Amino acid sequence: MSTQTILDQEISFDDEGFMTDHTQWSPELAAELAKANGLEELTDRHFLVIDFMRKTFIETGSGPTIRRLTKQSGVPTKELYALFPGAPAKKAALIAGIKKPVGCI
Amino acid sequence: MKSEPIKKVSIVVSKGSLDGIYPGLIMANGARMEGMEANLFFTFFGLYGILKKYQDKIRIATVGNPAMRVPDAKGFPLPTLLGALPGMSAFATSMMMKEMDKLDIPPVGEFIEMISDAGGKIYACKATVDMFHLSQEDFVPQMDKVLTVGDFYELSAGGEIIFT
Repeated sequence: MSTQTILDQEISFDDEGFMTDHTQWSPELAAELAKANGLEELTDRHFLVIDFMRKTFIETGSGPTIRRLTKQSGVPTKELYALFPGAPAKKAALIAGIKKPVGCI
Repeated sequence: MKSEPIKKVSIVVSKGSLDGIYPGLIMANGARMEGMEANLFFTFFGLYGILKKYQDKIRIATVGNPAMRVPDAKGFPLPTLLGALPGMSAFATSMMMKEMDKLDIPPVGEFIEMISDAGGKIYACKATVDMFHLSQEDFVPQMDKVLTVGDFYELSAGGEIIFT
């Protein structure tokens, strides 16, 4: 656990850098988190993914699998990997302010 | 000392049963999800995982599978003779596929597409292709290339090789 002050707000993170309280999240904070994770700009397509991840997390307590994410958010697998290069589910979860995704798919 | 992260995996899928094919697919997809380079090399009966006509007919073996239990994973061991009854393998497969679907594990065809779209590479073993008299049109479009074992080692350079 650690805290960081971002945009004049005390934000708490777990050891892997995921926010521990998703209610502290805002789109402005997402932009800052994105920069910290190597993404210069967040587009509408990024936010489509982020919003879907947050919605699923709030409803179920866990982020969606990549399969569900691509099927239900309308962002195909290829685009998802392009939007969040490297590890898409993890990176999107970091920026969406939710916990690290659990599950193998 | 912190170990160096794995950057690349090459996974050999050599068996054509459901439990022969899925672990390799899950590992390859998981590798891409973690940002690793992933190669899948299908050989021998594992090749059925990327054959258009057969990939969604992959089944679990109910004979010669002493760990198999019914009606669920903590039930009674399934006697080999019962496992041999017609329809047993199809039934066990459909039960398992239902459980997998709950976990969002896709059918083989969709899974291969997903791995390919995620940037994973799909290869077929040349020796098996020749032995089974297969050609390009027998394969799903995601199959990138038919490789010799030498090619496979070459493209696996610098990564881990996993045999399943």
